[in-house]
Amino acid sequence: MPPNFFRKSGGIPVVQAILPAEHTLRGNFAMGKYIAKRILISLVTLLVLMTVVFVLVRLMPGGPFVDPKMTPAIKARLEAYYGLDKPIYIQFFQYISNILHGDLGYSMRYMNRSVNDILAASFPFSFDLGIRALVMAISLGIVLGVIAALHRGKTMDYVCIIIAIIGTSVPDFIMGGILQYFFGVKWGLLPVAEYYGFQYTILPSVALGLLTLATVSRVMRSSMLEVVGQDYIKTARSKGLSNFRITTKHEIRNAIIPIITILGPMVASILTGTFVIESIFAIPGMGKYYVDSINANDYTLIMGMTLFYGAVLILANMVVDILYGIVDPRIRVDKKSEA
Amino acid sequence: MTDTVMAEDIPAEKFRVIGKNITKMDAISRPSLSYTQDAWRRLKGNRVALVSMIVLVIYILLAVFAPIFCPYDMATQDANAINLGVSAQHWFGTDSLGRDLFVRVWEGARVSLSIGFAAAMINAVIGAIIGCISGYYGGRLDMFIMRLVDVLYGIPSLIVTMLVMMILGRGVKCLIIAMCIVGWIGACRFARGEMLRLKNLDFVSAARVLGVHNRTIIFRHILPNMLGLLITNLTMAVPGAIFSEAFLSFIGLGIAPPNSSWGVLAKEGISMLRSYPMQLFIPSFFICTTMLALNLLGDGLRDAFDPLLRGTD
Amino acid sequence: MDIMNDNILEVKNLSFSFRTYGGTVKAVRDVSFRLRRGEILGIVGESGCGKSVATQCIVKLNPEPPGFFEGGSILYNGEDLLKKSDKQLRKIRGRRIGYIFQDPMTSLNPTMRIGKQVEEIFLGDRTVSAAQARQKALDMFERLGISDPERRLNQYPHELSGGMKQRVMIAIALIGGPDIIIADEPTTSLDVTIEAQILQLLRQMSRETNTSVIIITHDLGVIARLCDRVLVMYGGKILERGTVEDIFYHTAHPYISGLLHSVARLEMDKNQELRPIEGTPPDLFCPPRGCPFAARCEYAMEVCTETPPPVTQLTGEHSTCCWLQDARAPKVDLIYRGGSTNGK
Repeated sequence: MPPNFFRKSGGIPVVQAILPAEHTLRGNFAMGKYIAKRILISLVTLLVLMTVVFVLVRLMPGGPFVDPKMTPAIKARLEAYYGLDKPIYIQFFQYISNILHGDLGYSMRYMNRSVNDILAASFPFSFDLGIRALVMAISLGIVLGVIAALHRGKTMDYVCIIIAIIGTSVPDFIMGGILQYFFGVKWGLLPVAEYYGFQYTILPSVALGLLTLATVSRVMRSSMLEVVGQDYIKTARSKGLSNFRITTKHEIRNAIIPIITILGPMVASILTGTFVIESIFAIPGMGKYYVDSINANDYTLIMGMTLFYGAVLILANMVVDILYGIVDPRIRVDKKSEA
Repeated sequence: MTDTVMAEDIPAEKFRVIGKNITKMDAISRPSLSYTQDAWRRLKGNRVALVSMIVLVIYILLAVFAPIFCPYDMATQDANAINLGVSAQHWFGTDSLGRDLFVRVWEGARVSLSIGFAAAMINAVIGAIIGCISGYYGGRLDMFIMRLVDVLYGIPSLIVTMLVMMILGRGVKCLIIAMCIVGWIGACRFARGEMLRLKNLDFVSAARVLGVHNRTIIFRHILPNMLGLLITNLTMAVPGAIFSEAFLSFIGLGIAPPNSSWGVLAKEGISMLRSYPMQLFIPSFFICTTMLALNLLGDGLRDAFDPLLRGTD
Repeated sequence: MDIMNDNILEVKNLSFSFRTYGGTVKAVRDVSFRLRRGEILGIVGESGCGKSVATQCIVKLNPEPPGFFEGGSILYNGEDLLKKSDKQLRKIRGRRIGYIFQDPMTSLNPTMRIGKQVEEIFLGDRTVSAAQARQKALDMFERLGISDPERRLNQYPHELSGGMKQRVMIAIALIGGPDIIIADEPTTSLDVTIEAQILQLLRQMSRETNTSVIIITHDLGVIARLCDRVLVMYGGKILERGTVEDIFYHTAHPYISGLLHSVARLEMDKNQELRPIEGTPPDLFCPPRGCPFAARCEYAMEVCTETPPPVTQLTGEHSTCCWLQDARAPKVDLIYRGGSTNGK
C-alpha cells in the first residue's frame, strides 16, 4: 500500500470498512439541516392553517349555535365554554391553547361525543382504506410505468396508457358507482357496503386509488423514457453492466424522483377522495362523518376534522419533502429555485 | 456505395476543375416554419387530439343550443313520468322526480363547462402574472411570494374551498370565487419555474445588452416562449376544475338542486343506482368523455408546443 | 505489411444508419480501419461526420431502434463483435474495451456516489472482492491525480468540477484494465491546462500498459501531440488516413489541406485574412452521390460530384480517397508550408 494512503485518511478507512459509505459525518450534517428546515416550514403552515380555519368558521353564516333544539341555558353555557363572549383575540388564544392540549371540543350534532372520540372511532377505517389505496396505486403505478417505458410502442405500453387514460378521466365517485353496480348489484361478486373484511376493501380502494395509479404510471413512464436517453445510461452500458442493474440502479433510481414530487398532491387527492368513497360505500370512516357534518352544519366537528385533515396533509408533505432529499442528493446541498 | 462505373471508363473532360458549388453548399432542405405554424402543423397531425377537439366543440354546441331547443325545462317535474328509460319523448329518460334528463344533462353541461373553463382561466391568469413577476424580478419580492406560496401550497386546497363555500353559500359565482382563492397557486409555481428557466437563457441576456426594457423583454421575448406551455397547462387544468365542481356538488356544497350541474346529476344518479343505473351512466358518460377529451387535447398540445420536438417530424 | 495478430481491432466495411421520421440517416458509410496493439489512433472530423457513431458501433452502444447496421464486421482479436450475443458483449464492454464519453457533466449518474460508479465494473467478477475493487479505485484515482481520493469516492457527481469528472470518466474506462480505450473528445469541454494534463495521462497509460487508444477529436493540435496514426472522416466516410507525419506534411486531400490552411497561427500577419472552408457538412438524409466533400472543395471536378472516388494507396500507411490522384486530374499542391497563405 502506498504510504500516503494512511497519512491522508487517518482512521477513517476502518470506520468506512464497517459502516456503509452512506453514513459519513459530512453527509449527515447537510441532511440534518435539510430535515430541520422542512419541519420548520411545516409547523408554520400548520399555524397558518389553524388561523385560516378559525377565521373561516367564525365567518360562517348563522354562528355555531342556531340549532332550534337548544335551550337558552345550554346556549349560554356553550357560549361561555367556547369563549364567544370574549374579544376575538382571546378567543383565538383559547382556541390555539385548546388545540395544543388536544381539546377539539364537542360535536354539536352528537352532543355527548367529543370530536376526539369521533375521530378515534372513525380514523382507523379511513386510514386503512387510504393506505390500501395508496400502496396499491403507487406500487402498481411504478410497475406499470416501467413496463410501459421498456416496451414502448408495443402492447404493454398501450395497455398501460389505456389504464392511465381511464384513471384520469373518470372521477372517483363515478368509478365507485360503476364498480358498485357491476361487481355488486349486477354480478354479485363483491360486497358494496360497509367494511368488515378483506373483500369489503377491494372495490372502495380500487375506486379511491385509480386516479393515483393512473398518474403515477404516466409520470413514471415519461420519466423512464427521459432517463433512458440520458448520457449516463450510455456510460453504464459501456461498463458492461447487466441489464437488470442498469434498469434498477441507474434508470429507475433516477426516474423515480419526479414521482416523489407528485406524492404530496396524490396523498391529498386520496384523502379528499375518502369523503365521497366512504359516502358511496357506507364506510363509517372520517370522510363520511365530515360530509355529514357539513350538511348538518356541525361546526365544531367541521373545525376539528378540518384541522386533523390539514395536519395529516402537512405531515405527508413534509415526509415527501424529506424523502425527496434522501433520494436526490443534489437537493440537500442547496435548494435554489423550486420550480 | 458500390461503384457502378469503372474508373478507366470515365471520359477525360470530367476531370476539369469546377470548384465549389456555393448554392448547393448551404442548401436548406426543409422549409422554415415559425414556432406557432410548426406547433399547429404538429397538432393537426395528431389525430387523437383533433378528434378530442371536435368532440369538445360538439359538446359545447350542444350545451349552448340543446336547452334552447328542447321542449322541456330542467326544473319541471312530471309525476306521471318518473324514472322512465330512454324513449322518443325523453331522449335520455327521466329522473326520480319526472324531470327530463336530456335537458338536465345539457343545462348541467353549461354550468359545469363554464365553471371549469372560467375557474381554470382565472387561476391561470392570476398564477401566470404573479409567477412571472416573481420569477423575473427575483430578489426579496420573489422570496416573499415564494414563502407565501410554499405555505399556502401546504394547505389542502379542496378543504379550504369547501370551507369558503360554506361561508359564501351555493351557486355558480360562489363556486368560481371559492375555487380561485387557492387555485392559482399551481399555475403560479409553474409560471415562475418557466420564467426562471427562460430568464437565464442567452437570448434574454442578448436583449438586455441591446438595451431593451424589462417590460418588453417579458412580453415580447419571454412570454411567447411560455405561451404554448401555459395554454397546455390551462387545458389540463380544466378537467381538474370540472372535477372540483362535481365533487363539491356531490357532497352538497356546490350547485343546489333543482339547478343542474354534472355533479348534481352524478349525485342523483348514484342514489338511484340499484334500480335505475342509467341515470348515473348517461351523465357519467358525458363527464368522462369531456375530461378524456380535454386530457388528450392537453397531451397533444404539449407535444405540439414542445420545442425539443421541433422539426423532428 | 502488418502481421495479422498485431491488429487488435479490425473494422471492415462498417455501415450504420438511423431510421428517423424524416427518413434514413446514413451516419457511417463503408468505413474500414485497423488498430494495432499499443498504438494511438486519432479520428478527426467535423461535428456530424460520423466519428462518434462509428466508434460506438464497436461496442454496440448506439440505440438500436432507431439505429441499425447496414453491413460490415468488427473483428476484435479475430472475433466478429457484431455476431456476438448481448451477454458476450457485456463481458467485453468495460473490461476489455473502455469508452470515455465526451461530456463529463451529463455522463455520470447523479444519484449514485462516485466510488460505486467506478467499482461497479467489477460487480459480476467473483475474482475481485468489494475491498479489492475499492482499492483499485483508490489507486486509479491517485494515478490520475485526483486529490483526496477517499473523500471523492463518497461524493456525488455534482460536487465535482468538470476536470475532476472527466478524470473519473477516465478512471472508469481504465480501471478494468482494457486492451482498447476509445476516448470521444475527452478534452473538448475542459480548459487548455487540464487538457494538457489529461492528454499526457492518456499517452502515459498507453505506453505503460501497451493499451491501444482511439481518440476522437476535431482539434488538430491534439492529433499532432498525441497520435501515431490518423483517420480523417467526413460525411460518414474516411477521406484520408496515414501517420501523423503523412497527414500533416504530405497532405493528399483538399479537405485536410483546407483544415490546415484555415488554422490561425501566431506567425500570421495581422492583416492576413483567415481562410475557412466555406459551407456546412452534407445532409446525411440524402448523401451526395460522389465525394461528400465535393460541394465545398475548391478543386472539385465534374467527376467528383457524380462518382465516389476510389482509394489510392500512397505509401505503406498513407492512403487517400480523392479523384485528384487520378492521372487525368490536374496536379495540385495541397501541402501546407507555413508562412503566408497567399500562395508562393
